[in-house]
Formats: sequence, C-alpha cells, structure tokens
Amino acid sequence: MNLFVSASPHVHSGDSVEKNMYGVLIALVPAFIASLYFFGWGALIVTLTSVAACVLCEAAIQKFLLKTKVQVCDGSAILTGVLLAFNLPSNLPIWIVIVGAIVAIGVGKMSFGGLGNNVFNPALVGRVFLLISFPVQMTTWPRPMGFSGSYLDAETGATALSLMKEGGASNIPETMDLIFGQMGGSLGEVSALALLLGFAFLLWRKIITWHIPVAIFATVAIFSGILYAVDPTAYMSPVQHLFTGGLMLGAIFMATDYVTSPMSKCGMIIYGIGIGILTIVIRCFGAYPEGVSFAILIMNAVTPLINTYVKPKLFGEVKK
Amino acid sequence: MKTFSIGGIHPAENKLSAHQTIQVASLPKQAIVMLGQSLGAPSTPIVAKGDKVKVGTLLATPTGFVSANVHSPVSGTVAKIDNVVDASGYKKAAIFIDVEGDEWEESIDRSSDLVKEITLSKEEILARVKDCGIVGLGGATFPSHIKLAPPPGSKAEVLIINAVECEPYLTSDHQLMLEKGEQILVGVSILMKAIDVNRAVIGIENNKPDAIKHMQKLATEYSGIEICPLKVQYPQGGEKQLIDATIGRQVPSGALPIAVGAVVQNVGTAYAIYEAVQKNKPLFERIITVTGKSVARPSNFLARIGTPFSELIAQAGGLPEDTGKIIGGGPMMGKALVSIDVPMTKGSSGLLIMPTLESQRAKMNNCIRCAKCVSACPMGLEPFLLSKLAGNAIWDSAEKNHIMDCIECGSCSYTCPSGRPLLDYIRLGKGKVGGIIRARNAK
Amino acid sequence: MDYTAIFVLGIIGALAAVILFVAAQKFKVVEDPRIDEVEATLPGANCGGCGYPGCRGFASACVSASSLDGMLCPVGGNATMAKIAGVLGMEAVVAEPKVAVVRCNGSCLNRPKVNTFDGAKSCAIAASLYGGETGCAFGCLGFGDCVNVCNFGAIFINPETGLPEVDEEKCTSCGACVKACPKLIIELRKKGPKGRRVFVSCVNKDKGAVARKACSVACIGCGKCAKECQFEAIKIENNVAYIDYEKCRLCRKCVEACPTGAIHEIGFPARKPKTEEPKESSVEKKITLTKE
Repeated sequence: MNLFVSASPHVHSGDSVEKNMYGVLIALVPAFIASLYFFGWGALIVTLTSVAACVLCEAAIQKFLLKTKVQVCDGSAILTGVLLAFNLPSNLPIWIVIVGAIVAIGVGKMSFGGLGNNVFNPALVGRVFLLISFPVQMTTWPRPMGFSGSYLDAETGATALSLMKEGGASNIPETMDLIFGQMGGSLGEVSALALLLGFAFLLWRKIITWHIPVAIFATVAIFSGILYAVDPTAYMSPVQHLFTGGLMLGAIFMATDYVTSPMSKCGMIIYGIGIGILTIVIRCFGAYPEGVSFAILIMNAVTPLINTYVKPKLFGEVKK
Repeated sequence: MKTFSIGGIHPAENKLSAHQTIQVASLPKQAIVMLGQSLGAPSTPIVAKGDKVKVGTLLATPTGFVSANVHSPVSGTVAKIDNVVDASGYKKAAIFIDVEGDEWEESIDRSSDLVKEITLSKEEILARVKDCGIVGLGGATFPSHIKLAPPPGSKAEVLIINAVECEPYLTSDHQLMLEKGEQILVGVSILMKAIDVNRAVIGIENNKPDAIKHMQKLATEYSGIEICPLKVQYPQGGEKQLIDATIGRQVPSGALPIAVGAVVQNVGTAYAIYEAVQKNKPLFERIITVTGKSVARPSNFLARIGTPFSELIAQAGGLPEDTGKIIGGGPMMGKALVSIDVPMTKGSSGLLIMPTLESQRAKMNNCIRCAKCVSACPMGLEPFLLSKLAGNAIWDSAEKNHIMDCIECGSCSYTCPSGRPLLDYIRLGKGKVGGIIRARNAK
Repeated sequence: MDYTAIFVLGIIGALAAVILFVAAQKFKVVEDPRIDEVEATLPGANCGGCGYPGCRGFASACVSASSLDGMLCPVGGNATMAKIAGVLGMEAVVAEPKVAVVRCNGSCLNRPKVNTFDGAKSCAIAASLYGGETGCAFGCLGFGDCVNVCNFGAIFINPETGLPEVDEEKCTSCGACVKACPKLIIELRKKGPKGRRVFVSCVNKDKGAVARKACSVACIGCGKCAKECQFEAIKIENNVAYIDYEKCRLCRKCVEACPTGAIHEIGFPARKPKTEEPKESSVEKKITLTKE
C-alpha cells in the first residue's frame, strides 16, 4: 500500500485560479451584453480581437521566450483581453487593438514574470499606452447605435466627461441615461447598471471583498460633493461623477485586480481612497477628461508601499 | 451567534459518524504503549521485559517537568521495550505488552454509578490528575496538572471547556456529550474547584444542536456552568480563538490564556478528570472516531491506548480498497500516517481514511496575491508573506512579521486558490525562528 | 532675462554641497584599508563557507587575526590564501583540499519507496514531517535542498538514482550543502591524493536487519570492515561504520569486506576483475558510478 503523506491541512477549499478568473469573466457578461446592445458589431469585433491577441501573445511568450508550460487556460489572459477591450472605443481599428493587447501582455504582465508578479494592471498598461500613442483614435467615441451602426464608420460624439471639460456641467446627459449607459464612451464602461450587477455577483461568489470599490465610490462621492457644493456650475454632481466614464468599470473590475491591489483590508481602503481622490483631481483639474486609468496605475505603484506599512490587525494586538 | 473575531473558514463538515453510539473496541492482541504520550519529554519506563501488569498499572514516570505518567491499558506480560514508527513518522520507544485477559487494578472503581460529590481537596485533585497521567485530549496532549497550576502571580477567573469540535469528520466529543453529559459536568465542577473559579463556559458549535440542548438541560443543576452555543467556524477549537469567541477576550501575542484570566480544557479531558478523581481511573482509554467517506461503518470507539490503528479500522468495516491517505486526527491539523500499524496514543482523537482522489494536493501555481489567506488567517497574519520569507530563509523578517503567532491551523493552505503549501513553509519557518529565539535567550 | 531661477538653483546646489561635505566628514567611518585589499583577492561569492558573514566579513577577520592558521576561503583555496598572506605580510598555512561527499546510496533501485510525499518539495519540510518516502529514516530524501543552496552548481540530483551527486571540479567545499541537509548525510572529506577516497556511503543507525530490509546497500554495522582495517581508521557507532579520513590509507580492503557494498571507493583505477569473487558485479557498478 503506497500512501500519500503530507503535512496538514489535508483538505482544500477547491478554489482555484481558474475559478476566480472565470468568475470575474462571468461577472463581466452583463456589461458585455450592454455593450453589444449599444455599440453592436464594433463591440464584438474589438472584444474578440483583444481576447484572441492577449491569449496568443501570452501563449507565444510562454512557449517560445520563457520555454515554460503554456498556462493560458487559467483565464487570466482572457480576462486581460476583455478588460482591455472594455476600455477601448468600439470603433478602434483592429491593428491598434492588437498593439494594445501585445503591450498589455508583453510589457504589462509577462515582462514582470507573468501572473502574480506584475506591478501594474496589464489591461490598463495597454490602454494607457494606446491613449498616449493614438490620442485621436482613442478619444473619438461612437454614439450608441446598436447593431444598426457599422463598425469603423460609426457616427462619433464626445463622452460625458469630455463634454464636461469643454463646456461645463450643463452639457451632460440625463442621469437615467448615465445609469443605463445611453451615452458615448469605451465599450464596456457605459452601463453602470450592468457593471453593478457584476459587482453583486463578485461579492456573492466571494471573489472580491467590498473594500476597494466601496472606498473608491465613497471617496469620489464625498470629494466631488465638496467641489459641487463650492461651485455647481463648474463641477459635476457626485451622481454624475459616479456614473460617467470608467469609474464603475475601474473601481469594480480594474482596481480590484488581485495582483496589483493591497493585501490587507485596511490597505485596500487606503488604496481605494487614493484612487478616488486621484480620479477626481485628474478629472477636474488635469488635462485629460478621464482619470480612472491613471489613478489606478499610480496607486498600483503605491501598493507595495502600502503592503509594507499597512499590516492586518494582529490577534490580541494591544492598542497603543 | 458568537464566534471569534478575525478570519476563519468553514470547511465541509462531513460528520459521518455523528450519533453513532460509542462502541467498546475489542482488546488488542498486543498493546504498543508509546513512551512519548504527551507533549514534552518521553516518560521513563519503570517496567522491564517479562513483568506482569494489570490494567492501570503504572508503566512509566515523567521525565522532566513537562511529561506525564503512562499506565498500562491492558493486563498481560511486557514483551519488550523497542522502537516503533509512531504517528510522527519516526521510530520512538514503546512498551509492547502481550494481552492476557482483562484484569484491572483493584484501586479502580469500575461501577458505572455517577458520583457527584467532590470529596477531594484542591491539592488532592491536582495530585490525582498528575498520578492518573491526564493530558489534554484535544490533540495537543499537554499534561493537565501543569495547565491547572497557573504560574505564580496569576489568577484564573474563568474555566473554558472546549467542546466545539471544529475539525471536520470528528464526532467523539459530540457523542461523549450526548452519552456522558452528567459525568462531564461533574468533571467541569472538579476542574473549577482545582483552579478555584466559580464560572465555567462550555463552548459548543451549533452544528451539534442536540448536544447544546442536552448540556443546557443538565447544566441547570450545576452552579456556575453555562453553555455557550457558537457559530460554526474553523479554527474555533484553537485555545485563543475559543477564549475570544466565548468571553470576548484576546490573549496577547506570545502570552498564555491565563494572561486574560482563562484556563481552557477539552471536554474529553473533563470526562477523563471525572474518572480519575471520582473513580481513581488512570487515563488508558479514550473515545476515538474512525471515519472516512469510503469507510463501511464510520464509528466512535472507546478504545484502549496502544491499540494498533489497523485493529480499529477492522472493527469499522476494514480498510477500504481505495485508500490514499490515513490521517491521525482531523483533516485540518491531523498527521498523515505512513502505516496502519501505528498505535493509538492519548492524543488520538480520530482516524480518518481518505480515498485516493482526495488524498493528493492540488497543482501548485504562482501566488496571485488574492489576499484570501490574509482574510482567512485567524491570527491576523499574512501567510503569503511568511511562507515566502520562510522559503527564502529570511528569518529575521519572518520573526518581525510575527511568524511565531501562527497556530498552524491550516486555514491559509485550505483557502489558497493557487494550491500553495503555505503552512508547510510557515511551519518550517516557525521551527527555525523558534530555534533562533531560544538560542538568543540562552545567551 | 530672468536670473532668479539661476540664482535660486545655484544657492540650492551650493547648500547641498556644503551639507554633503559636512556629513561626509562627520560620519566618516575609519576602516583598515587592507580590508579592501584582502576583499579584492577573494572570489566574492559570499557563500559563507569560511564561517564568516560574506567575503568582507572574512576579509576583516583575516586583517584582525594574528595568524592565518585555521582561516581558509574554501572557494579560492590555497591560492587565494597565499595572496591574502602576501597582502598582509603573514605566512600562508596550506590546508588540505576537501570535497563534499554524499553518504547515501539508497537509489530508487536499492531502496524501494513505501509512500509518496505530497508536500512542498523541500527536504527540510519533509524531514520535519516524517522519516521519508522509504523505509530508511536516515537516508537522502531527494528533494534537493543541497542543490538549491549550492552557489557553484556543483551538486545535482541524478534523475536515475534520485540521489545528489557532487561535481568535484566545481565543488569548493564551502559546506553550504552540509548545513542544508536535514539528514546530515553530506560530509566534507579530504579530497585525497589524486582524488582517491574511500568512505561509507550510509548513515543508517537502525539495527542491521532493519536497515537491510529498508535498503539493500545499507551499512548494517556488522564490523567486518573494522576488523579488516589495519590502521584503526574505521569505527562502528550506533550500528553504522565511519571511516576516519585522517587515518585511512586507502588500502581498499574494507571495500571488499563489506557484505552490502556500502563502502565506496572513488578515483581509483579499475580493478582487475576477479571472477571468483561473488561480489564482483557490485564492485564493477561502483566503479562505473565513479566514472560519471
């Protein structure tokens, strides 16, 4: 009889990297359906291209450069692909999407040593790279037309946030449109309702904890509320801040990325507050109309510092 | 519902042997009594080859301060004193006794009458506990007479009885409470007298509602004993977690429970103390759960110490064909055994047989820094970090990050989605850092 | 033009220079310059094989020592010690070169597995858990802690035997593997003339029958080798033989006397095959092993 011997514990929760990654992908389904409804073929083409490019790029790097086992089945590359696509306009030419995917996986993830070792959220690295390299294509947003509009020649318009930058608070869409997503923007970010549905799913499956998204929402609401109270004509209301741009997508799906967010609950809240403040600062005082991506990337860089100095509360720790 | 405040997990309970009446296991042909039955140094044998012993005859006396008496579980002849592979996986010294009949020492009261009245004084109780070789039966096997004698300058305020049985599969304490509730309560009263307190709390997880109800009904007749139902959460049976859950006090890092005025005893120990004090019966038998998904008859046995596990398995329906792992204790903190010939000791609370499919660990992946281990850790540590530091032999940093606070409950490894053996490395680190600290203190 | 910026930056620059100068003077650490010189001659592997924390630690110890007796950089060897002696103007003490020797021959073939270890692949962890995958609780666990600590790539696990093997060319006898092995199997032994060595490749302390049952090439502590040895180099203690390399004259009589083939010879030319010897095959095997 050949018994297995190992140290305790001898049972496991059955949780796995795959389960978490595919869980997040399931949580993104409502937002994807919403983006198909609003942007039609463009959303489908950009998402599929991005996912395929990310997966192929990771597989190629693992197989030919690192010469390790190809592990794209864990779903992390698919997730990066989907998140990258959700941050792009739906009329972006395919070749730009592919460039973004290669940068996201090649530079953002694999150059650090693959899953678990990257400092920055790979999808955001790809997105910011594209934003800086192709500012025109990256900021011409198609109007939501559904499947009636064509892919590349879609009618374009501005996002609520860029309208805000140009002409003050009076130009932005109705609040109900913001919640359902009837507005211009990246293909995955428009429908706040669909994203919140995904958030509920993530919490239910215990894939993420509430700390980071709630800290971001609260900070954005409070900080923008103060600005709005000071001058309602120059600044948007907190509700508009919460439901426009990539805030929902960023707070629920990008900031909560396991690898690049802090480990302790207290650290998560500090991280969320940092993202909230930076987002509003960039939106209201910076050159770009949208600041969530930059805010998350900056806080990604701060994460190791937070991990070093903010520790979870020890059992039996004496309060000083 | 009360529970401890930090972390915790809820593994599948799998209490297959619940409500199985305690069966008296048949006597072994040869009893193998390990000399190292308790925490601390192995005891010193006082019998030699060829000696005749009875049930309850003293076989070995303590070596050093932390050590306990060992009594014969059977009557017969000492065959040899030799080394045998025990649950630790290494060869240790043991006394082999060929069983002849079942003759008990006359001093033991074998009647089953309940003796409620406590006639012994505090000192006599402590002496009896020591003489009878009582150790903590929860698994740690710390000699009880030491635990009941608080260090000078400290005073116990409350006695906490651990009846949570938070380990999946195990049901021995549950069944003991259902069948020997009165005796346990007398045992608790004896313990209260021994440490001079007038309040005792029995913590029971609410996956045993019948035991809670039964004990609550009985406890009305005993002053100062309260039953505290607890939410099911592992590792509630950890001493520090149980104190936090029942009386809401957190034992500081590195301190003993007495620092917050608590003394914790296992419910099985309370029963053993009842038998020792009221019946003068040394600790030579205990309740053990033999269980597993593939086991024909998961059972609770009253078995003699020194019975080889193979004989217990035979009485539970035999070793299943598909056996991948055999665990002495529960699945979270038990030890995997290398053979079924290992003998039972005072600390054997269960014997779990796992089918091959469940015996192997999941494939190990990169740490994805999901922080689930941090959320699960009941001590508020960062298992991912400690494991990494221990793996890279960075001992000073591991010490600064409180590696010595780890209670080795295994919640981190259990919860890790990447299947990383976090506790394996942390345990290694604890050993090394502990050695470094001892060396530093010795200077 | 606005000169304010130039003026302000200039002032800041000057101030910083003054602060740096003062700090450099005030916090200057006076160190014997010879430490740097000695350190320059060292290999810089920081392996700790000398017993000091890193090469610099060894260098400062050399400088403060009154004689170089007992000081050895195992990596650089006598050549480096001679250089250090030159720098410090002291006499070099020639030390006998040593090499790491793995004293276990319980290969997969000789020592069948009785269970499967499923924990983290680390000897230290396996050893703290139990006696190992085989019936022998003293032998090599084969998870390669020694390989992981070797800074010189001089030790590797042979996938066929599952045992570590030392590359004598690369081994610097720094002793890192000796410290890493939880079973204390690896020993630093005298390299010997022309690299010839005889040693007992077993550390099993079990009684003969038990040891033999677990492993076909175990030392059973029978003492035949000790009786054979004319130089009193072999001692049997705790059921296991040990050859003192200071006393051993490499006569190889013990190798032939050993009934289990636990005594190994390394670096000797192949023996003439003695057909009447029944143990011939095992001797042959050992010699081919040494050639690898």
